[in-house]
Amino acid sequence: MAKEITKQVMQEDGTRIISAEKKFSFKKFMLQWEWMLVLMFVAVTVFNLIKIPNYANAKNLFSATRDFIDKAIVVFPMAFVLMLGEIDISVASTMALSATIMGVAYQAGFPMALAIVIALAVGALCGFINGIILVKFPELSSMIVTLSTQIIFRGIAQIILETQSVNGFPAWHTQIYTAKIGGIVPAALIFVVVEALFFAYLLHYTKFGRRCYAMGNSTTVAKFSGVHTNKIKIIVYTMAGLFAAVAAIYLSAKMSSVRSDIAKGYELDIIAMAVLGGVSTAGGKGRMLGASLSILVIGYLRYGLGLMNASSQIIMIVVGALLIIAVAIPNFRESVGQANWFRKLKGMFVKKA
Amino acid sequence: MILLSEYILELKGITKIFPGVKALDNVHFSLKEGEIHALMGENGAGKSTFIKVITGVYQAEEGEMFLNGEKVTIRGPKDAQNLSIAAIYQHGTAYQQLSVTENIFMGHEKMTKLHTINWRQMHKDAAVLLKQLGSEIDPHSTMGNLTVADQQIVEIAKAISTNAKIIIMDEPTASLSKRECEELYRITEQLRDEGRSIIFISHRFEDMYRLASRVTVLRDAQYIGTWDVDGISNDVLISKMVGREISQIYPKKKVERGEEILRVEGLSKTGYYKDVSFSVHKGEILAMTGLVGAGRTEVCQGIMGIEKPDSGKVFVDGRELKIKQVSDAMDAGIGYLPEDRHKQGLILDWGLGQNVTLATLEQFTTATVINRKAENKRAKELLEKVKTKALSVFDKASTLSGGNQQKVIVAKVLNSDLKVVILDEPTKGVDVGAKAQMYEIMSDLASQGYGVVMISSEMPEVLGMADTILVMKEGRVSKIFPDAAGVTQEMILEAAMNM
Amino acid sequence: MNKVKKFFSSNIREISLIIVMIVIAIFVQIRSDGNFLSGENINDMLKETAVLAICAVGMMCVMVTGGIDLSIGAIMALGAMIGSTVLKGNQDLPNIVIVLISMGVGLVCGLINGTLVSRLRIIPIIATLGTMNIFRGVTYLVANGSWVKQQEMGQGFLGMATGSFLGINNLIIIAIVVYVVATFFMTKLRTGRKLYAVGNSEESARVSGIKTGRTLTMAYAILGAIAGLGGILYVCKYGVAQGETCVGYEMNVIAACVLGGVSVTGGTGRVPGVLLGAILLGMLNNAMPLIQISVFWQEAIRGLIILLSIIANTLIRRNVEMKALRRRNI
Repeated sequence: MAKEITKQVMQEDGTRIISAEKKFSFKKFMLQWEWMLVLMFVAVTVFNLIKIPNYANAKNLFSATRDFIDKAIVVFPMAFVLMLGEIDISVASTMALSATIMGVAYQAGFPMALAIVIALAVGALCGFINGIILVKFPELSSMIVTLSTQIIFRGIAQIILETQSVNGFPAWHTQIYTAKIGGIVPAALIFVVVEALFFAYLLHYTKFGRRCYAMGNSTTVAKFSGVHTNKIKIIVYTMAGLFAAVAAIYLSAKMSSVRSDIAKGYELDIIAMAVLGGVSTAGGKGRMLGASLSILVIGYLRYGLGLMNASSQIIMIVVGALLIIAVAIPNFRESVGQANWFRKLKGMFVKKA
Repeated sequence: MILLSEYILELKGITKIFPGVKALDNVHFSLKEGEIHALMGENGAGKSTFIKVITGVYQAEEGEMFLNGEKVTIRGPKDAQNLSIAAIYQHGTAYQQLSVTENIFMGHEKMTKLHTINWRQMHKDAAVLLKQLGSEIDPHSTMGNLTVADQQIVEIAKAISTNAKIIIMDEPTASLSKRECEELYRITEQLRDEGRSIIFISHRFEDMYRLASRVTVLRDAQYIGTWDVDGISNDVLISKMVGREISQIYPKKKVERGEEILRVEGLSKTGYYKDVSFSVHKGEILAMTGLVGAGRTEVCQGIMGIEKPDSGKVFVDGRELKIKQVSDAMDAGIGYLPEDRHKQGLILDWGLGQNVTLATLEQFTTATVINRKAENKRAKELLEKVKTKALSVFDKASTLSGGNQQKVIVAKVLNSDLKVVILDEPTKGVDVGAKAQMYEIMSDLASQGYGVVMISSEMPEVLGMADTILVMKEGRVSKIFPDAAGVTQEMILEAAMNM
Repeated sequence: MNKVKKFFSSNIREISLIIVMIVIAIFVQIRSDGNFLSGENINDMLKETAVLAICAVGMMCVMVTGGIDLSIGAIMALGAMIGSTVLKGNQDLPNIVIVLISMGVGLVCGLINGTLVSRLRIIPIIATLGTMNIFRGVTYLVANGSWVKQQEMGQGFLGMATGSFLGINNLIIIAIVVYVVATFFMTKLRTGRKLYAVGNSEESARVSGIKTGRTLTMAYAILGAIAGLGGILYVCKYGVAQGETCVGYEMNVIAACVLGGVSVTGGTGRVPGVLLGAILLGMLNNAMPLIQISVFWQEAIRGLIILLSIIANTLIRRNVEMKALRRRNI
């Protein structure tokens, strides 16, 4: 089927010249998913500008990010998990558990800083447990395993806190949420930007990232190529757990209290953000730039709709529809092109050559 | 029945266009009743597309199809089934998790009067069909638990159960052992004697000579011609398929055998192989042969640490190799070219360059960051060295033909600091032209002082290339011929089978 | 002898589930002073499980094709919400009409999911994640911030869940009917077998002339209709319909299927297994309060049991394979 390439230069001794220069293709450049996200972001901004008076206010726009930073923190490591062709449904429960343990540790008289370190350790441990189970039982799908650890982690949080809440954290803890650099840019946003840069660097420039891509495309090929697939899987899941704990600390500062039922349903929002960003749940595809853009698209869409007093139900519908449309677009041309009705329709207008 | 035509099936001027590619260009084909007709051509010549046109999976843009002299149009697989055409595809289309019975009757189940599935009748009929084919497969067993050969018999039973008059077999012998091939030949002949017509696609000349009365050759999506098998010689046929003469297929060079480079002692893994010992020297090509399922691939994957062995020792250059994971074997200097290009060797969505460097990223990294320029430059050098037909290192691996994909994997293996190369069925499913180049590469490797282990089921290539022949039988080393000169096909077969 | 062995090896999943259930039953029976296995409690337990078991059948249809449907909870809520809103205005409508309305709504939702998956080729988990948000949002819109309360439903409707037939609760009866139909459908009808064919290999199914797109759409449509039924029964049982009805229920349903041996990669899964999976979950919910396990411990224990049982199943399968390897005598 593959037509042989004819243009190739062949030297006299029969060797062929293969180019190692990347040719810039404008078409390819413009066909990147990220442009679509930029368009969406522009659309959202224009929409908000028209509908909301005084929308273009730098201070407010920066403050708005604080509403979705808790999810944004986990989107990047989640993108890594999806990149491997796996999924982690337990991140929200991990958030709840590490926040709970932080609260309890603080209540028990540990200094806040130590309580935070413990929370981070708990988050990393949760992720590590997911990773270990998946590595030891490769027959099990990550969806099922993290589905059950999701129940377990949340369950442990419930055992510890029951229906109580912990509050009265020191003032500097609240600062994690409220602090602003120069009175405008939230400190937590700076953290997210640095995090995004770190993960982008990790995925796109390092050995580790390349190997993750390889595993997402084919774990077998990666394994046959000497990639330590088990180690990578554990690291990626541990990372997801660790950053879930980071998000939990932020969230506890935002709510200035901790309960066992915080962050319920976050996992699906986080996955949705990554997927809208062009990260395929089948693995092996996606970029951190896309993930970052999609966080902004969904985040500001919510913010704008919220300011317009649109009910949260409308927001749910819009986000759901956006997700489906976004994923459907790349498939649309192909599937419609093959459909019979489309062919017939086309046949009516386009004469056969 | 009065035949309106000499042919039961005739196709004229078939053209199939995929976006940007002409997959079939004005192809003709004719099939007589009760004939076995071989369809040959290199990989990518369009054979698979052609049969998919016949079975209605694809629709041709141009061309006509006649069945018993009457013009027919096939719009989908169901149409083909109704016209008594059945196909057994190359990549098993079996339902692995369903029973044999269900595989046979899927799509045309036996029903009771109440329009429910009549399982009892189906199991019974399945048993009868399988018995007709001389097979003892239990209709209740799960498809996935059968051997490839048995699965093929089930597929044939399925074709018969639809009352197919025309049966298309797409490379049925590709992964069968010698004995299983014989079994398949017998069944195919039986089908022919029952008056069915068979289109038999294969790479093996052996199959064609054994079975077919006529042969049609396709090349680069074009129709080359149809000949009586008796009236055409091997060399002519090859040149028709390749479009040029191939002088010497086995370019074996005389190499002095050097010191021992790889030694395997008592390697065992429950259920797969036991007590496997052998050694390979510098400049030596050791061919591992035997029936499919004798444990050859498993032994090599054990050495590589892909599936760890239970016990046994492996020495490279006299030093014991602690087999923990694949990277250990690679660090020790063993390279492995896997059997399944698509599933084990290449990431099809990636460019060639990234595929070549995947196993050896360390060479291009400083402080964990990949130097892409150096990476691409190295990939370019290696790909040129193995004469890959490609334009750029950024070409997607999926766009190359089978033989060229194999070369990319060779380049990938060659990039590491090697002492021993293990090639698992390096020419399987590769066309004639690329085959010759693979042999050349192998020969070069040996003359450069590498130890080469080649797993192969093809007798001619084993006899043509090997210095030492190791025959495996049921997970054990059955016999080692230290000097391949003078060994005959019969001697190998005797060692490989229960005799 | 050989036949017995064959029976065991081909039903290992179901048998091991039954064994687990017996072990739990004995343990709980002793700890609860014999209350657990009383007729009343068993009736209670099955009643509580009925809705979950019904929905699990729908999920099984989808999972067998290799898909998944995260929107099942939202479909239940939407179907039930629309059904009960209609009921609120017309309390004299026969129950069957309300049930059919709910099922119809579910069917439409399912068709939407099916179309997204089969025609637009969106990965099921993503497509249904999107529609989950949409259906849930629409439910809130229909609810318009208020609940449909017990008084507004009327005794005639509520009686559907409390009433009984031959001493067996109606919900159980409905569940039994659903299971009988499902078993018949999945094993005796061509259409049911097509689901398995598609789940095993979509390519092969297409080649053997099965309209795979239609089959996939059908699977999601069945799930939708069944979810509509489950939703209205759920509301009927608890006597309240609200926007939050069945939030997170999808995880319970998926868990029941997985416990019952339905593979997430498609192609395998049997109706009896799913029933056992659902009952096992129901048993845990029922037994834990009986032996005075604190409410707060129950979720963790449930999750742990799900995890352990899938791990145990993997170990059993590995053991079987290892034995087969040893038998090869190499």
